[in-house]
Amino acid sequence: MSDGTGRRPSDASGYWKANVRTILGCLVVWALVSFGFAILLRPLLSGISVGGTDLGFWFAQQGSILVFLVLIFFYAWRMNKLDRDYGVEEE
Amino acid sequence: MDQYYLNLLFIGGSFLVYIGIAVWARAGSTSEFYTAGRGIHPVTNGMATAADWMSAASFISMAGLIAFSGYAASAYLMGWTGGYVLLALLLAPYLRKFGSFTVPEFIGDRYYSRMARLVAVLCLIVASLTYVIGQMTGVGVAFSRFLQVSNSTGLFIGAAVVFFYAVLGGMKGITYTQVAQYVVLVFAYTVPAIFISLQLTGNPIPGLGLFSTYEGSGEPLLTTLNQTLADLGFSSYTEQDTNPSAIINMTLFTLTLMIGTAGLPHVIIRFFTVPKVSDARLSAGWALVFIAIVYLTAPAVGAMARLNIMDTIWPNGTQNTEAAQIEELPVWFENWQTTGLLGIEDINGDGRLQYYNEAGGAPEGLGASELQGNELVEFNPDILVLANPEIAQLPGWVIALVAAGGMAAALSTAAGLLMAISSAVSHDLVKRSFKPDISESAELWWARGAMAVAVAVATWLGLNPPGFAAQTVALAFGIAAATIFPALVMGIFSRRINNVGAVSGMLTGLIFTVVYIFLHKGWFFIPGTESFPDTIEGSLFGIQSTAIGCIGAALNFIVAFVVSGRTADTPEDVKAMIENVRIPRGSGSAAAH
Repeated sequence: MSDGTGRRPSDASGYWKANVRTILGCLVVWALVSFGFAILLRPLLSGISVGGTDLGFWFAQQGSILVFLVLIFFYAWRMNKLDRDYGVEEE
Repeated sequence: MDQYYLNLLFIGGSFLVYIGIAVWARAGSTSEFYTAGRGIHPVTNGMATAADWMSAASFISMAGLIAFSGYAASAYLMGWTGGYVLLALLLAPYLRKFGSFTVPEFIGDRYYSRMARLVAVLCLIVASLTYVIGQMTGVGVAFSRFLQVSNSTGLFIGAAVVFFYAVLGGMKGITYTQVAQYVVLVFAYTVPAIFISLQLTGNPIPGLGLFSTYEGSGEPLLTTLNQTLADLGFSSYTEQDTNPSAIINMTLFTLTLMIGTAGLPHVIIRFFTVPKVSDARLSAGWALVFIAIVYLTAPAVGAMARLNIMDTIWPNGTQNTEAAQIEELPVWFENWQTTGLLGIEDINGDGRLQYYNEAGGAPEGLGASELQGNELVEFNPDILVLANPEIAQLPGWVIALVAAGGMAAALSTAAGLLMAISSAVSHDLVKRSFKPDISESAELWWARGAMAVAVAVATWLGLNPPGFAAQTVALAFGIAAATIFPALVMGIFSRRINNVGAVSGMLTGLIFTVVYIFLHKGWFFIPGTESFPDTIEGSLFGIQSTAIGCIGAALNFIVAFVVSGRTADTPEDVKAMIENVRIPRGSGSAAAH
C-alpha cells in the first residue's frame, strides 16, 4: 500500500497531531454535555428551569443529542480543511 | 375500510417495495456483495445506517421504557446516539481508508495474526446472533397482532423477504431496502407523535411539546405528569436518584452503550460502502440526523403516552374522584388484553378500574370507592408504541402505518446483522483463514451460502427463542464495547500495540465481561445459576451487569498496553500501514484491495 504522494514525514505527523487535538477537543464537549450536564453535574444545574423541569433533564433527553450532531458535522468540516492544509486530501 | 385490510395494504405494500428493490439491486461481484461497490452517497448511507441501527427495540420498546422509568431511561437516548460521535471521530474514516470488507479483516491484518482475526469473528458472531433473535421475534409479534396470523407464520414470511433481498443483493440490496425501510419507519414513528403532541400541547414538534404547556391543565406538561404520578403513588418522572452509586451506574451504563454502539460490526460495515474517507465522516453525521429524528421524538412519545393512559383511567382527575368504568374503557384495552400484554382485574368488584402504585399502600385522597389493590395488573411497556395511535384515538391508517413501521425496523436491522455475520464467515473464515486460494466467483457463492444459512439459523432462533432473548442489551453491547471497540481504536491510534497485546486484551475484555454478566444473570442465562443479584446494592462491584462493558474495555486497553510493552515491537510494514490509514489520500487504491 503506497500513497504515492512523496510527502515528508514531518507533514504527516503535523497533520496527525492536529487531528488528535481536534478529536480530544470534540470528546471533551461530548463528555461534558452527556456525562456532565445530563448526569454528574445535573444537581448543580437544577436552578435553571426548562418547561416544568430543569436544564439537566433537557440535556439528558434532547440537548446532548443535538450537541452530538453539531460535533460530528464540525469535525467533518474541520478535517476537510486540515486535509487540504496538509495536502493529504483525496484525489 | 376495515382495520384488517388497511393493515394488510400497508404491510403488503411495503413488502412489495422491498422485493422490487431486491430484483433491481442484485450483486454481481464480492465488492458489490460486501460493500455495495463502495458507491453509496453519504446521505443515502446515512439513511440506510439509521434503519440498520434502529431495531425492533428502538422502535417498539424504547418509548415504553422511557414512559415507565422517566429520567433514568435517558441512558438509552444518550448511549445509542453518543456512539456515533465515537464512530465519526475514532473509527469510520480510518476503517474506510483501510478498505477492508469486514471488521475482523482489519483486526486480523493490523495485528498480523490469525488468532486475532478468529477472536474478532467469534465476538462478532456472538454479539450479532444474540441481537438478531429479538428482531425475528419482533417480526412475529407484529404479524400476529396486526394480521391475525400465528407468530411462526409471520416469522416465515418476514424471513422469506429478507432471504430474497439479502441473498440476491448482499450489501447492495440491503442498502436500498434499508433506505425504503427508513422512510416507512420514520413516518410511522413521527406521524402519531405529531398528532398527540398537537392534541396535548398544541405544538407540532413532539420534542418541543414535551417542554410546553399541557392544554388540559394550563401548566407545563412535565409538571402535570409529575403531579399525577405523585397522586397515584408513583415516583417522579423527571427526578434524579442522587444516590452516588445510582449516578455512577447510570454514567457507566451510558458509556457502555456508547462504546458498544461504536463497536457493533453491523453498524461499522455500513461506512465501508461510501466512496471516500471524507464521505465516511460526513455520513456518520447524516446517520445521526436520521436517527435523531426518532430519538428526539421518543421521550415525548413516552411522557405523553403515560399521561394519556392515566387520563383515560382517571378521566376526572386523581383527587377524590371515580376511576373509569371498565365497561366504558376504549376498545384498545380489549384488543391488547387478548395478546396477554395488558391485564385488568376488578379486585374490589365496583366495575371501575383503579390504577395506582400499591407498593406504598393506597395513596391518600385517591378514588371515592374503596381501594383493594391496583387493578391494572399487567401493562407491558412494549405495547406503548404499537397501541399509541389507538390510545390517542387516531385514524385507522395511522395504526396500519405503525404496523408497517415496526416490521421495517425489525427487518432492516435483521438484514444488517445477517450481512455482518455472513461476510465474517465467507470472507474471514473461508477466504482469509482456511481457503485463501478460492476464486472471486467461488467466494461470492460462499457469501450467498453463508447468508442463506444465517437467515435459516436466525429464523430457527426466532421460532425457539432462548430464555435470554431479553438480555441481548447486556450481552451484545457488553461484548462489542469490551472487545471490538478497543481493538479497533488501538489499531488506529497506537503503533505500539502488537499481535500478542491485542489478542490478550481482547480475550481479557471478553472473558471478564461475559463472566461478570453470567455471575449476575446466570451461567448461559440459565435461571438459578447466578451468584449475585443484578441490582446496584447486590452486585459484585456495585455495578449492574448491563453497565460492565466499559470496565471490560478499560481492562482490554490496559492489558494490551502492558503486554505489548513486554513483547516484540510491531513490524515495519505494519507501522507503514498504520501511517497510511491515518491520512485520507489514496483511498482509491485502497478500494481496489
